[in-house]
Formats: sequence, C-alpha cells, structure tokens
Amino acid sequence: MMNPPRFATYLLHWFCPPHRAEELEGDLDELFQQRIREFGLRQARWRYVRDVVSLLRPSLMRRDKACLVSANTNNTYPKPTNTTMLRNYLKIAFRNLVKNKAYSAINIGGLSIGMGVAMLIGLWVYDELSFDKQIPKYDRIARIRRVATEPSTGISQGTDACQIPMATMLKAKYASYFKHILIGFWPGNYMVADGQKKYTQKGQFIEGGVIDMLSLQMVHGSQTALDDPHSIILSNTAAEAIFGQTDPVGKRLKLDNRMDVTVTGIYADLPKNSTYSDLQFFAPWALWVSSNDWVKASENDWGRSSFPIDVQIADNTSMETVNAAINDFYQKNSPPDFVSGARDYKVETYLYPMRQWHLYSEFTDGRPSGGRITFVWLFGIVGGFVLLLACINFMNLSTARSEKRAKEVGIRKAVGSVKSQLVNQFLSESFLVVSLAFAGSLGLVLLSLPWFNELADKAIAFPWQMPSFWLASVLFLTVTALLAGLYPAFYLSSFQPIKVLKGTIRMGRLASLPRQVLVVVQFTVSVVLIIGVLLVYKQIQYVKNRPVGYERAGLLSIPMNDPNYKGKEEVLQRELMATGVVDQVAYSSSPLTSVWNNIGGFEWDNKPPKAESGFAVMDISTNFGRMAGWQFVAGRDFSKAFATDSGAVIINETAARYLGLKKRNGQWVVGAYIRQPDFHWKRQIIGVIKDMVMDSPFEPVKRSFYFLDATYGAAARLNLRLKPTVSAQDALPSIESVIRKTVPSALFTYSFVDQDFAAKFSTEQRIGKLALVFAVLAIFISCLGIFGLASFVAEQRTKEIGVRKVLGASVLNLWGLLSRDFIILVGIAFSIATPIAYYTLTNWLQKYAYRTELSWWIFAVSGAGSLMITLLTVSFQSIKAALMNPVKSLRSE
Amino acid sequence: MKGTYLGEFEEVVLLAVAIRAGDAYGAAVVNEIELQMERTVNLGAVHSALNRLQEKGLVSSEMGGMTAERGGRRKRLYTVTAYGRRVLEEVRQLRNQMWDAIPRTAWS
Repeated sequence: MMNPPRFATYLLHWFCPPHRAEELEGDLDELFQQRIREFGLRQARWRYVRDVVSLLRPSLMRRDKACLVSANTNNTYPKPTNTTMLRNYLKIAFRNLVKNKAYSAINIGGLSIGMGVAMLIGLWVYDELSFDKQIPKYDRIARIRRVATEPSTGISQGTDACQIPMATMLKAKYASYFKHILIGFWPGNYMVADGQKKYTQKGQFIEGGVIDMLSLQMVHGSQTALDDPHSIILSNTAAEAIFGQTDPVGKRLKLDNRMDVTVTGIYADLPKNSTYSDLQFFAPWALWVSSNDWVKASENDWGRSSFPIDVQIADNTSMETVNAAINDFYQKNSPPDFVSGARDYKVETYLYPMRQWHLYSEFTDGRPSGGRITFVWLFGIVGGFVLLLACINFMNLSTARSEKRAKEVGIRKAVGSVKSQLVNQFLSESFLVVSLAFAGSLGLVLLSLPWFNELADKAIAFPWQMPSFWLASVLFLTVTALLAGLYPAFYLSSFQPIKVLKGTIRMGRLASLPRQVLVVVQFTVSVVLIIGVLLVYKQIQYVKNRPVGYERAGLLSIPMNDPNYKGKEEVLQRELMATGVVDQVAYSSSPLTSVWNNIGGFEWDNKPPKAESGFAVMDISTNFGRMAGWQFVAGRDFSKAFATDSGAVIINETAARYLGLKKRNGQWVVGAYIRQPDFHWKRQIIGVIKDMVMDSPFEPVKRSFYFLDATYGAAARLNLRLKPTVSAQDALPSIESVIRKTVPSALFTYSFVDQDFAAKFSTEQRIGKLALVFAVLAIFISCLGIFGLASFVAEQRTKEIGVRKVLGASVLNLWGLLSRDFIILVGIAFSIATPIAYYTLTNWLQKYAYRTELSWWIFAVSGAGSLMITLLTVSFQSIKAALMNPVKSLRSE
Repeated sequence: MKGTYLGEFEEVVLLAVAIRAGDAYGAAVVNEIELQMERTVNLGAVHSALNRLQEKGLVSSEMGGMTAERGGRRKRLYTVTAYGRRVLEEVRQLRNQMWDAIPRTAWS
C-alpha cells in the first residue's frame, strides 16, 4: 500500500501530454515518497491527489507547445493525428450547418421539439409511475377489499368498505401477518376551528399506527402522538395556515364544532404525488367512534360495511401469503348467518396493494383492472411517436442533404481518406447535430415545465440529479445519432471518387424511396393524432351538452357542516327568502352533483327473481323539485298539501323503466308501490321525473328514488337558487350574513353547482388539452420535415424548372408538378391512418356509456386539414422555385 | 521592469530556482518554497509558473539524467537565464528604492 492512489495516476496519464508525462510523474513520485517519510501515508496520498488535480490546467495540457518547451531538442512527440482529424470533422460540420442556415434550423429545431416533447412525456410517465413510492413501506401497505359474486346473475362486485368487527377479528386472529391493521373513516372535509377562526381542512380519522405506517416525519411530537383520543396531528402547511408562526403544539381545536382536540404533533408535508398529499390532518379513530352514535352502534355490527381498513403486512411475509391467508376470512370468522351468505356469494377477501392505488383505480368484476395506467400507456406511445417523427425528419433531411456532399467525399477519397474515416466523419457530424438538438430540448423543457405542470396538475421538477435520466438521454442521443448518421455514412463513403468528381453519378429513383416511406409513416401518425384529438373534443362537447334534467345556472350548494343547523331549517329558509336575492331554498341529503347513498333490498310488483335491487337514494325537502327545476314526465311533485307525501317517492325515468311501470297513452302510470321488507315499509310512487345527471356525465344515469324528508333528519346540504336578476357577487354577502346570524358557529362555505358539474370533465379536458398540444407539435414537426424536403427537391430540380419555363410551362403547371409528389404521399398516409384511427378510437369510445359516434366528417376534416397543411407547406417552396427567373437558374454552371 | 510583469508567485518560484541552482526541478522547487515560506504549494501551481517563466524567457530548461529515486525517470532541470537574473535584480532594486522613499514619520 505504499503506492499513490491509482485513479489519480490514471487521470494524469489520461490528460497529460506525452512530452510532460515523464517529468511530472517523476516529480509526483518523488514528492510522494518524501511525504510518506515526513507526514505518513494518508497525508502523502491526499497531497498526491491534490497535486494531480492541480496539474489539470490548460497551460500544462497543451500539446502544440511541445516544441516551445523543449526548444533545444527535436520534437519527439508529434500531435496525434486522430484528434486533428476529429477537429477537422467538427469544423467542416459547423461550416455546413452555418452554410445551410434554414436547413440546420429546421433539422435541429425539429429534433429539439421532438426530444423535448418526449422528455416531458417521459417525466410525466415517470411521475405517474412513482406515485406513492416516496412512502418507504410502499411495498407492504395495502387496503382490504372483498369481491362477491351474485349467485343468480354471476355478476361480481367489489368494495373496500369493511365492518368494524372485521378489523377486530383481523387483529385477534391474523396478527402475525400484519404489522399494522388500521381502521379509519374516509378522508373528508372538516371544519377546523381555532377559537373564532374557522378553516375547512381535509383530514382522516384513523388509528394511531398511521404515523409509523406512512413513516410520517414528525416535526413536533412523537410516534405516539395519536394515542390520546382527543389528539390531532397537523401537516406543516395546515399548522402554518392555522397558527402562523406560533408554536402549535398543545393548542386546542374544535372539529366540525363538536369534537374537541389538542394538537399533539406536526408532520412534514407529504410529497405531492402521493395518495395522502391532500390530507391536512390525522385524528384518532377513538374520537370518531365516541362522537358518532351510528359508529358506536356498528362496533359489533357485521351488517354495517362503511369503513376502510388499511394494513401494513409483517416484515417476514409477502402479499401473496397474506392474500392466501385472508381469502376466506368471511367464511371463517363472521357470524353464522353471514357465513352462509359468504359461501353463496363466494366472497373473497384480498389485499389491494398501495402500488396499484393510483394507476389501477378502476375495477371490473371487483378486481383492479385499469385506470390511469391507460393514459400512461397512451401518452408513452404518443411521446414515442413524436420522437419517431422528429428522428424521421432528421434522417430524411440529413440523407437528402448528404447527396449534395458527394463532391466532398470524392475529394476526400482522392486525397487519401479511407472508408472508415468517412464513416467516422459523417457519424461525428450527426453526433454534433444531435447534441445541439439535445441542448435545445433541455432548454425547451426547462421553459415549458411550469406551464406543463399547470396543465397536467403535477409538481414535476427537472431531474438534474437523477443518473438514470442522464443515462437514458445519452443512450437516446447515441441511438438517434447512429440511426441518422449510418445511412449517409455508409452510402456516401462507398462512392467511387472518379465517378463523383466527373459528375456522372446519379442518384437513382430508389434513393428517394426510403425517404418517401418515412414521410408516409410521419403523416400516418399525424393524421391519426388529428382524428384522435377531434374525437376527444367531440366527445367532451357531446357530454357537456347532455341534458342533465335540472337547471344548473344560479344554483348554490352549502354544506351543513355544523350540528347547530339542526332545528333551524325552517327559520333559515324564511330568513333567506326574506333577503330578496334567493328564489328557492331546499334541503337534501347529498349535493346535486353526486350520489352518496345506494340502498339495496327493494321489492316491487312483478320484480323478476334475479333482478338487482339497489337504487340511488336522496332525501329531499318539499320544494327541492321546484328549486332544481325538475321536469315531470308523469305524476306530481311533493307538496305540503298532502300529508301522505312522507310515505311517497318520486322516481326517475330510468327507475320507471327498471321497475316495469305501466304506460298509458305513452305516459307512465304512477301509483304503484315499492317495498323495503328489511325495514317494513312501503312507499307509493307519485311522480316520474326526467333523468337527472348526478354522478359521472359519461355514465348512464343511475336508477334513483327521491324520498321526502319532511323533518330534515337527513339534511346535509342547503341548496339555493339565486334570483336570475341578482348577480352572485351581490347575493353572497346577504346569504352569508343570514347564515352567520342564524347559525353563528358554522363555517360558511359554498360551491356553485355548475362549477361542480364542470369539474367532472377535468380529467377528460386535461387529457384533451395535452393530446391537442402533442398533436399540434407532431404535425408541426412533420411539416418542418416536408418543408425541408420540398426545399431540397426544388433546389435539385432548379435546372429542370428553368428549362420547363423556357419551353412555356406556367407557374401553375410547375406548382402542380412540385406539389404532386407530396400530395400523393399524404394521400397514402391518410388511407393507412383511417382504419388505424377507426379501430383504436372505436375501442376508446367503448369506455364511455354515454358517447358520441365516430362520424365521417371527423375523417373528412382531418384528411382535408392534413392536405391543406401539406399544400401550404410545400407551396411556399414550389411557388418560390416556379417564380424563379430561368435566366438565373440556367446561367450558373 | 517595463517589459515583463512578474507576479508574486512567479517571483518566488524564480528565486527558488536560483537558490537550487543546478538542481532545480519541479519537486525541488516545491520543497524549497515549502521550506522557505512554511506553507504548502501545489505541484501544478509550480509547474505552471515554471512554464510561464520559460515562455517569458526568464528560465531555460533541459532534461537531466536518470536517477534511481524517481524510478528511473528523468528530471527537467531549470536554470535562471541572464535575462531572468536581470529581472530579479530590477525587482529587488525597485523594492529598495521604494523602501528608501518611505518617510520616517510614516512608522510613528
């Protein structure tokens, strides 16, 4: 070990010019030996490295000063020829780029855009794939789900809503499989009050193990911060929002004005791409139990499936093992009457692992089947294609241009270049251009990242420090440079110099064939993208125009987030009407824009034995129908005039069809009864309304029942319709003051129904926008490509055009001549693209129950559009060429 | 002094070459400077200074004979040229001249 560090010596050899190596190495070695004696080995090695690094300076690395240093001796170390040639290649490459500025700009710009798009999409895909991965135990966390198959219909359905006794039983009997079994309630918005200050914060009630399971970084407080039943832990953001700079620990808060809690901990915010990132607090499960009677009542109730159970499996086991163990959980552990049901329905219990939560959030037959992963694939493919387009451009233009350099090749060969040198030259040129394009794409990505983040609702940072990103980039650079450089490299270097220089070489017709194929590929992709984007927009527009069954404008929804609303409903209604800004007031058990309650077990006359008996249910106050603007197709609305209405039900048309209601003169006949044997009541149908879209507008409307809730027992939403003559800005303050006066403890929040409804399109709209951007870029890149090719062709045929003009060809003739080739190519591309687009897009549309059709005009528009774009692009060049003075083009020889 | 600018470190290196007359090579100059100034210097700094001095013509160099202690490698031996000597003297003279010009009252 008395040697200097080997890597330092290698480094020295690598950069040191040969004529200096001997003396420098000698000096280093001598000093090293001397320092071992004086300071010891460690010091000596350290100083050795420092010295080597300090020698790394340009003045000592220069090779061409060899003669100066040893002026008195002969220069025994000539400059290495390979670097000289490399430098020459670079110089020639730069000169070529500068000489053909437009062509270089198209080439580098197009490739930059393509790479930039691919990079953005790559980052997006990476972000999607790494969702939740920052949680250290991500691989071992899961949610309990079960799937049941109805014996009569064979339809399987799944749920992640479990019973409290299930958690109890898991802890008692299956403890060895799990590290944590945490029962909780669904995350929701709660009113958090610090004295008089009130905030709406999203949070979850869950058992205290969540701190360890999610590995929350506790800024204040310990791992046991949630053990006390009146504790709460806040995220850093929430703590700052509520308490500002003061120390929050030990402060008291009130949740929904009924649960008292003390802040016992603050945790660092979770990264944005995680399931839990939008939660601002966790509160103990025990508090939720003690402050909700219905939860307390269901502690031993196997019939109440309302709670999520999250688990972390034990360290020494695997998901498969645990899945196998809990598969027959219900058959083994539930009460006897449940066991038979579980057997009949073949209930299977399984773990829904965290790694699937984000990307596989849709279920078919009760098992995770897909979801966002579709978009990951879709965009991945689009990104790949855009990149492919850019590469095709690049190859086309480089090969087209390279034929112009046949003379250069001839001269180089005549002077003595061998084939391998020419290959090297063209490859290094293509490396240079690709590297420039890469630098450009980095710039583009950095510029567009904030905008992209906003569009895609992401917080993606540029991965400067991720080695795999750079590795992928380098790999990609190499592949593109090789692909684009190989053809000219090998083709051109095979020329016979004598033929080239004599000018007898002619590029045959076949030479342009690969180029034409590539143009066809390019336009096929572009046309498919255009058709796809048009269809996405058509579908969104179609669903937006779907009749929703009620009037959205001016509807306001206020969550009743305080127990003190109870008993004040009538007063509030009177006071609100008295303000003069409100047209109608009504209460409901859920907002107009979602279904909260699905109840099964209904019976009705002539019910087929195998029929599903679940319906969406909403409890409403008397004038809800008037408020919403219901359109009755039969029967009447609830009315205070009929005392019997509390035993009545209004149904929608879907339900009417499903119940098999009779029709007379094309009108539904009301008056039939629905029964609920489990609760021993029946209700009479008094009205049928047009379907009201409450859930996803892309789905069919659920069959629904509307019950009259005369006592406001289930009221959870206060719905207002503003007078059309009053603007929202004027109305809101008076509404707020009424609520503040009547229910002082409540936090006043509201949402407009039309905005809530519009939010249902956000995913589709986001996808549509992204697809539009990518399609436009793809088309732009393709156009750049044919623009470059057209200019090349026009230039090649300058003489021909001159001769034709002299012989009497008109500008129109020439324009047609030059444009025709491209039009044919685009035509071929279109005929290939149509079936591809038709097939894939029909498949995509199947996803939506409420869907538009793939009409012929979409194809016509995209075909005509791509032809137009092509013509415009090509015409610029062809008209320019056709207008040229033949004297000029023929004179130069 | 007009033609050649001599940096502080260059002056030190030039002086060290002069001190080690006949046996002035990279490592020796490093040792000499460390001995005289009681501070560590990097080999790279010394070599680059020597290089500059040579370009300015203040020192000349020649490859020396092989020595066993350097693993049989040769040294590049530097000697101060006549011009180098004159520059050094000029620097010293200039210093003295400026010292003499300091008025006595400046120190009180």
